[in-house]
Amino acid sequence: MTRINLTVDGMKVSDDVEPRMLLVQYLREKLGKTGTVVGCDTSNCGACTVHLDGESVKSCNVLAVQADGHDVTTIEGLAKDGRLHPVQEAFRECHGLQCGFCTPGMIMQSIDLLNHNPQPSEQEIRVGLEGNLCRCTGYHNIVRAVQYASGQLVAAAGEAGGVAEEVTPA
Amino acid sequence: MTAVEAQPMDTKEIGRDRRRKEDARLITGRTRWTDNLQLNGMLHLAMVRSPFAHARITTIDTRAAEEATGVVAVLTGEDLADTQGACINAWAITTDQVTPAHPPMPVDRVAFAGETVAVVVARSAAEARDAAELVEIDYDELPAALDLKEAAAASAENGGALAHPDLGTNKSAFWRFDSAEAGTGGDVDEAIAQAREDGVVLEREYRQQRLIPAFMEPRSVVVDPTGEQITVWSATQIPHILRFALAATTGVPESKIRVIAPDVGGGFGGKLQQTPEEMIAFAVARRLGKPVKYTETRSESLLSAHHGRDQWQKLTLAATKDGHVTGLKVELLADLGAYVALVGGGVPVLGAFMFNAIYKFPAYQFNCQTVLTNKTWTDAYRGAGRPEATYAVERLMDELAAELGKDPLEVREMNWIKHEEFPFTTVAGLEYDSGNYEAATARAKELFGYDDLRAEQKRRRDSGDPVQLGIGVSTFTEMCGLAPSRVLGQLNYGAGGWEAASVRMLPTGKVEVITGASAHGQGHETAFSQIVADRLGVPFEDVEILHGDTQVVPRGMDTYGSRSLVVGGEALVRAADKVIEKAKPIAAHLLEASIDDLEFKNGRFGVRGTDQGLAIGEIATASFAAHNLPDGVEPGIDADATYDPVNFNFPHGTHLCAMEVDTETGETRMRKYTCVDDIGVIINPLIVSGQVHGGLVQGIAQALWEEAVYDDSGTLVSGTFTDYLLPTAADTISFDIDHTSSPSTTNSLGTKGVGEAGTIASTPAVVNAVVDAVRHLGVDDIQMPCTPERVWKAINTAGSGGETVDAAVPHLSTEEGQA
Ligand code: FES
Ligand code: FES
Repeated sequence: MTRINLTVDGMKVSDDVEPRMLLVQYLREKLGKTGTVVGCDTSNCGACTVHLDGESVKSCNVLAVQADGHDVTTIEGLAKDGRLHPVQEAFRECHGLQCGFCTPGMIMQSIDLLNHNPQPSEQEIRVGLEGNLCRCTGYHNIVRAVQYASGQLVAAAGEAGGVAEEVTPA
Repeated sequence: MTAVEAQPMDTKEIGRDRRRKEDARLITGRTRWTDNLQLNGMLHLAMVRSPFAHARITTIDTRAAEEATGVVAVLTGEDLADTQGACINAWAITTDQVTPAHPPMPVDRVAFAGETVAVVVARSAAEARDAAELVEIDYDELPAALDLKEAAAASAENGGALAHPDLGTNKSAFWRFDSAEAGTGGDVDEAIAQAREDGVVLEREYRQQRLIPAFMEPRSVVVDPTGEQITVWSATQIPHILRFALAATTGVPESKIRVIAPDVGGGFGGKLQQTPEEMIAFAVARRLGKPVKYTETRSESLLSAHHGRDQWQKLTLAATKDGHVTGLKVELLADLGAYVALVGGGVPVLGAFMFNAIYKFPAYQFNCQTVLTNKTWTDAYRGAGRPEATYAVERLMDELAAELGKDPLEVREMNWIKHEEFPFTTVAGLEYDSGNYEAATARAKELFGYDDLRAEQKRRRDSGDPVQLGIGVSTFTEMCGLAPSRVLGQLNYGAGGWEAASVRMLPTGKVEVITGASAHGQGHETAFSQIVADRLGVPFEDVEILHGDTQVVPRGMDTYGSRSLVVGGEALVRAADKVIEKAKPIAAHLLEASIDDLEFKNGRFGVRGTDQGLAIGEIATASFAAHNLPDGVEPGIDADATYDPVNFNFPHGTHLCAMEVDTETGETRMRKYTCVDDIGVIINPLIVSGQVHGGLVQGIAQALWEEAVYDDSGTLVSGTFTDYLLPTAADTISFDIDHTSSPSTTNSLGTKGVGEAGTIASTPAVVNAVVDAVRHLGVDDIQMPCTPERVWKAINTAGSGGETVDAAVPHLSTEEGQA
């Protein structure tokens, strides 16, 4: 067992973990941060993507002990003061999700993409999301969501939308 | 919420781009996947799986595993033999179908690599997995039936490998439809003989490769045996069917079992199964009296969750010299894998009525032989039977056009049902209620820029451009909305095809709607709310949709076969209408008016000619208090409805695909994809667009990338996401989609199913485009998936890129099949 101290979604935590424990297991099993999910065992799907010190990582590919002393943000820590993160809002607005299983990872990866490239082209978005698999959407509306979040798309479809919504707890 | 949404009484909900209710929790991680559940004292399972495709289990030594830290028990098939129940086949397609027994954990013999042989129960999932490595099993390998054609030909006499030696054959069932016998058309052999004399006969053999549904959420099951009911949470599409199967095969009364499908991360048919893992978890929980959880790894999922497709299709099409089709004969070999799964051989049979598609074939015959092999069992995968049929006929129509030197759209138009001919009874005996193929095709051509792309294709051909352009057409239809119970009965299916709904009017004016459909990404909570909001004239926000829990939803047939909207939606409408009927006498009583003077509009009972009225919510409150009800009227205006569809439902569409093919490398690139689908009345265009996009990519993936591959010993070599190529965002393009609408006449909303349309239509559109790009080089087929290697080989051998060299030789003599 190794002692780790880190910050997760703004909360300081300290735990004894097995050296082999993956960060995603730590988040899900120890902290109950089940918003982050596991979709594969070969680091292909990206469903487990979180931010480590502001950069996206696949949390199934990082050991919990490697996060010692670092700052982790998961999908559960994105909304601030009851307001959705603009990328969360964009996924809802553009129907960038269906079953929603890939969505936490997609959103975390999209934020990272936009942090590095605030005005990406369609092709840059597609390449930037290559490490995240989605079986439901065919990616079309995920790409739209990222364009929308970057301010490059005014309305997704039909009625004008994009009004930030309060995050309701229930 | 925007201001517009605050006054929904004046707004028609149906047809609006409502953002989804589901999303608020899914985008914030406030989700309830089965694997998220933690219960006090919960134990974890790990499966020990066979590495061999076919072997006798000689010994299982569990001692080392039992002694490992945290291990509570290690159980084998023998330990659970009396309690584990069985995996059922709900659809014996013939009365003499050969159906091997399917115990969740076999006792003495494994029939595919990946089958569970022992289960380790431990305090944590990690400890269970570690200990699973310590279980020592000795096997005696048996000859494995792997290749579909060889398996079909094997018998005890000729010494071929048998998937289940005790059955003496690999042939499970032979199913035929013949239009002459059924009285729905002519004799196909006569039509073919005639065409050999004075027309055109095309003989082709196509391969439907094996695919893996690959939903993103791995399957997971939690069973809690504490309390009076045993509660099962499962990542399933079919909570109601699962409950029935658990009860029917274990002897536990159905009333003692509650099945919950919480948030489910995709299914595509892949979670339309009663799985061995669910049965094993159920048996272990009962035996130990403790809650247990099993969540598969992705590798286990690819290996052991059921696969899809896997057919050889031998096709003979007869036509006149000017291009009118006169007959179609279909001979299928379908690989069931090691067991006959829940729907099993029914999957190819679902395609039996669709090979004739939108065309007026005067004669038609469908033959299907299902075959057992020592590979992962197969069952429904998005489209189930209909993609295979559509692929075959749409490839053939392009081949016929090429043979006659005509445009593929022209040949189709010569043969399709004209819009004024609906309702139309097909040669397969189905009645298509509505459709307008001309309209969808005209719109698709315009949106696609068909003529310009044909001109560019010609330019590239003329200039000998190394990158050639191909245009693929697919004018598909499908039958969905499974299904009229009477038809299912005639087909010997083990259940009905109805759907149930209830509408509960709560005293606060809110509305709870219960549906027997079980969503796993489709957006039912949103679309169904729109339907009920319109029907009852209540705000969209006030409607809550409850589903996926057998204790909340007592009756249901679950979600598959594009049935939720056309069957489940109709049940909702009927339940809502009953609520209005029940509320009416109470409204009349409270308003001191005659029932005949009441009209119900925008959620309000008004007295004609006055401004008096009461909202339906007020009636709900009044009937809850029950202080002042008419004599003999029961309190409560809740209502239930069960709807059994009168017919299938026939969406259609025209899909056009442009592919660039590099003739030097075989590489393909999608240039443009346009589809115009006619799905009748659309409830929520945004949700529909998502269904179409996702469906398209799954169908395109079959054409270009995906294939489950086994090696010669029966090991799945495409067993991880590194080897099984799901498309990524970088592999795909944006699509141009639009709709034309000829409302269905068989349900009151006029809707048609959309869940499977994209997948069914797109595969042949893509392959037709790839073949079209290189047809002038002598290529008339490329086996799927059309990888660069196969395309390159096809070009360089100026023929087929796959194993279709002896395409003209029938592989399935019907006499043999019947025997
Ligand atoms: S779980 Fe698939 S990449 Fe991490
Ligand atoms: S929304 Fe289901 S996998 Fe992406």
